[in-house]
Amino acid sequence: MSPATPQDAGWWARWRHRMRTQWHAALWLMVVWVLLWGGVSVANVLAGTLVGFLLISVMALPSIDYRGRVRPVAALRLLGFFVRDLLVASVQVSFQALRFGWTPHGAVVRVPMRDTGDLYLTVTSVLTSLVPGTVIVEAHRITGTLYVHVLDLESSGGADAVRHHIHELEERVLRALASDDELAHAGLGPQGTAVADARAVEAMAGDVDPGAPSVTPEEDRP
Amino acid sequence: MDWIAVADVVAAVLMLCGAFLVLAAGVGVARFPDLLGRMHAATKPQVLGLVLLLTGVGLRVHAWDVAGMLFLVAVFQLLTAPVAAHMVGRAGYRTGKVDTSLLALDELTPDQEAAERAAQDEADGETEQADADPR
Repeated sequence: MSPATPQDAGWWARWRHRMRTQWHAALWLMVVWVLLWGGVSVANVLAGTLVGFLLISVMALPSIDYRGRVRPVAALRLLGFFVRDLLVASVQVSFQALRFGWTPHGAVVRVPMRDTGDLYLTVTSVLTSLVPGTVIVEAHRITGTLYVHVLDLESSGGADAVRHHIHELEERVLRALASDDELAHAGLGPQGTAVADARAVEAMAGDVDPGAPSVTPEEDRP
Repeated sequence: MDWIAVADVVAAVLMLCGAFLVLAAGVGVARFPDLLGRMHAATKPQVLGLVLLLTGVGLRVHAWDVAGMLFLVAVFQLLTAPVAAHMVGRAGYRTGKVDTSLLALDELTPDQEAAERAAQDEADGETEQADADPR
């Protein structure tokens, strides 16, 4: 919590701080309101704005501690890879479901993440869970560890491939949303550095040698 | 050939693809052996299947107010499906509904047991340590 919101400050001061930091939430609620009413009109927009500000006044959620910045190119790249993963994995899981006589052998894989904070951990988890074939069954936020269930370990390429895949997703999330400081802290150089390129090439190749040394130090776990 | 006809053909293709994915999800729920496998089938192809169906409907009805509502349905589906899947998986795991002997690899159970032992040790020392328990 920033110093601007001391717990003992009056309701009015906290309200003004909330309006400064959470006006986008009210804007989003207004958009939802207008879409639900099914048409843009002065009355809809005004009523939606009123409802939005009323909601963040009386039923406010805690502010997200976000210090990063959105990079449009990296965000588009994240979105593109996500759509590709979603399409490929949906078709794969569908055919696995329709392959009678074949039984998937699931697995729970421990994926230690970079130490970057709750927001990026959450975004990575949500995107992982949306892609078929992988579900987060546990997320331990203090150690930053995800436990990922894969539908079939063999068709996912083994535990190391799963870890590698999630780490790449996390890198794309960080490059899209994190600040330069957070990127440096996570051990990622600026976009287009040799490290990033080498990993991207490896990612494109798709197959990861399980015996090869791990890409990130965090992966070196027994 | 006018644009309405093109949109109708695209809508039909999208709806058929979406219906196929939802059908496959249903078959998967009936066929996969354990809770987590079924949850994959129940939550995943359905996400893309529903988005395709909604897009198809949106192209077919030619009305912006309906398209806005379909867009909202898709957004909230994308926001809630991972949470639902996570809660089912986590609750199943914690209440022992997941048959870990069916798993090819299980890296969570040892960690959970270690955390429980650590929590027990801490409890003996009468210190509460919330982070020992993976959550």
